[in-house]
Amino acid sequence: MDKFTKFTGIVAPLPIINVDTDMIIPKQFLKTIKRTGLGKNLFNEMRYTKDGLEISDFVLNKPAYRLASILVTGSNFGCGSSREHAPWALFDFGIRCVIAPTFADIFYNNCFKNGILLIKLPQSDVDQLIFDAKNEASPMISIDLEKHEITCHDDICIKFEIDSFRKHCLLNGLDDIDLTLQKKNKIERFEIHHHLEQPWL
Amino acid sequence: MIKPRTLFDKLWNSHLVDIQDGDLIYIDRHLVHEVTSPQAFEGLRNGGRRVRRGKMTLLVADHNVPTTNRSNGIIDIESCVQVQTLEDNAKAFCLEYFGMEDIRQGIVHIIGPEQGFTLPGTTIVCGDSHTSTHGAFGALAFGIGTSEVEHVLATQTLIQHPAKNMLVRVDGVLPVNVTSKDLALYIIGKLGTAGGTGYVIEYVGEVISSLSMESRMTICNMTIEAGARAGIIAPDKTTFEYLQDRPMSPKGIMWQNAIAYWKTLTSDRGAYYDAELFINANSLVPMVTWGTSPEDVLPITGCVPDPVVVVNPSKRAAVERSLIYMGLIPGTPLTDIKIDVVFIGSCTNGRIEDFRAAASILKGKKIASNVKLLAVPGSGLVKKQAEDEGLDIIFREAGAQWREPGCSMCLAMNADKLDEGERSASTSNRNFEGRQGRGGRTHLVSPIMAAAAALTGKLTDVRKL
Ligand code: SF4
Repeated sequence: MDKFTKFTGIVAPLPIINVDTDMIIPKQFLKTIKRTGLGKNLFNEMRYTKDGLEISDFVLNKPAYRLASILVTGSNFGCGSSREHAPWALFDFGIRCVIAPTFADIFYNNCFKNGILLIKLPQSDVDQLIFDAKNEASPMISIDLEKHEITCHDDICIKFEIDSFRKHCLLNGLDDIDLTLQKKNKIERFEIHHHLEQPWL
Repeated sequence: MIKPRTLFDKLWNSHLVDIQDGDLIYIDRHLVHEVTSPQAFEGLRNGGRRVRRGKMTLLVADHNVPTTNRSNGIIDIESCVQVQTLEDNAKAFCLEYFGMEDIRQGIVHIIGPEQGFTLPGTTIVCGDSHTSTHGAFGALAFGIGTSEVEHVLATQTLIQHPAKNMLVRVDGVLPVNVTSKDLALYIIGKLGTAGGTGYVIEYVGEVISSLSMESRMTICNMTIEAGARAGIIAPDKTTFEYLQDRPMSPKGIMWQNAIAYWKTLTSDRGAYYDAELFINANSLVPMVTWGTSPEDVLPITGCVPDPVVVVNPSKRAAVERSLIYMGLIPGTPLTDIKIDVVFIGSCTNGRIEDFRAAASILKGKKIASNVKLLAVPGSGLVKKQAEDEGLDIIFREAGAQWREPGCSMCLAMNADKLDEGERSASTSNRNFEGRQGRGGRTHLVSPIMAAAAALTGKLTDVRKL
């Protein structure tokens, strides 16, 4: 996994609540057996007509946001299915960070495992970021994971919180499986004990 | 004195392997299907890793399989590759696999319980959010992403954060023709689709105790639609009776020992819940969704809502967007909404009890001429049972299509889908935009409400049929 430390990028505003995983990547694209290549189908049904033509007023089709790497959106983003294709599609498009008041649980886990930073901010901050992203000529912000800071165009600084273990993994690009396999002895000990308690399993 | 614990606390603690750097919990049961697993197996191969406990893993193809004649295999090339990949991975890693020709094949959340693979007191995961279904057995069951699928395959554990506890108590009696699906929709309407975020919901009360395992599964299945990680119901006599003599259930003395242990799986008196919801079921009525989120739900006696009266601006925008997508005018009585397609099936309502209930409405009648009715059993065994009981004949004579098992129009990954603008009454669990086909419009209902809609060609109050 790539390391995530600091970066600056274009913010795309998507002021919709309950954006579900079917909206992020519709099921016809779940038939792939790879992790890559889904970016072109991100938000497919909002982004393209039935005939595959771009819908010009969808945010990621507008010239200012075509290279967006940060998404600011409404609450409960990522609800619905557990499909990791949703973070894969976001990542493949180039999104490295999503900011919203709240996220759905499974989606939240999935993003961190794919090097996407999710930031929860109060609704008022999100509203301000959406307003700025809509109205700035070049809506850029900088994110510093180490310092838990977002810096906006006029040097306004917004602090955010993040779980220390998730932060550690993102900063160092760590693979969970390697970390867990280091605990092999503990797992083995647990299995012996567990088998004594529930031998029918 | 030991602090009283909830059932969730007990399940969590009995699976804790380690607490350093997040809780590492042990996974007893891993269900795997074709859509969310190929990249996980690829990851294992790339890392030169094995599956740690193959015996705790069960593979089945369900999302992509055709529900029509299967003798020619899968026509769609990508679907075919995905199913073939699953089969190849089963062979390569020596894992049990139910292929398309196997009568035990079916939707992953139907076959787990059916086989006795799902057991009380276990932790169960699957790369699918509706894994919450298995919580009906007093198991801690939740959906995971593909990276986590790989993590479980390689380590038989997961790094997780403990959830908060929510109690939902349902007392009273469900009125006639009001089902556990209506109750589930009602609860989601109360909590909202994010109301359960961060929680595991435990269901208790007179109504829950009186429900069959099938009905309990419907409730736990829909729990994810309220945003909760999992739903659980303490195991009881109904649970044990359901599991006895299932192919993978414990046998003989093991069965006795297991029951003794399972009986301890209840929340202690005085256990603390972070949130509570009390419902009296006596006045519940059949429910139907009108919008594009499962929280957009109303009694069938209601009318399409008017966004003008919604105070919260982002919620108002969502209602407006939903109504445009759904092609509905505020104030329209829900029973005036015409239906093109009826879908009976899915992991929410694709079990034998659901087909019996729908058949009781359809028996001796014909569906409306403008309606297509798809009946898709949740597994090969559900299909066989229904056929043994003659239910397929009732469905066919009413004008329904009686199909092979799979997810089908629940998510429309195979050929079963709505066309642009088509409207369905569906027993599945999600009414998201495009869920049942691009531009398709979904109204979620119970199996008997779906059958009633098929007969009249409109959303219909089954109590008035
Ligand atoms: S029936 Fe629907 S919800 Fe259930 S597993 Fe299949 S696609 Fe998912």
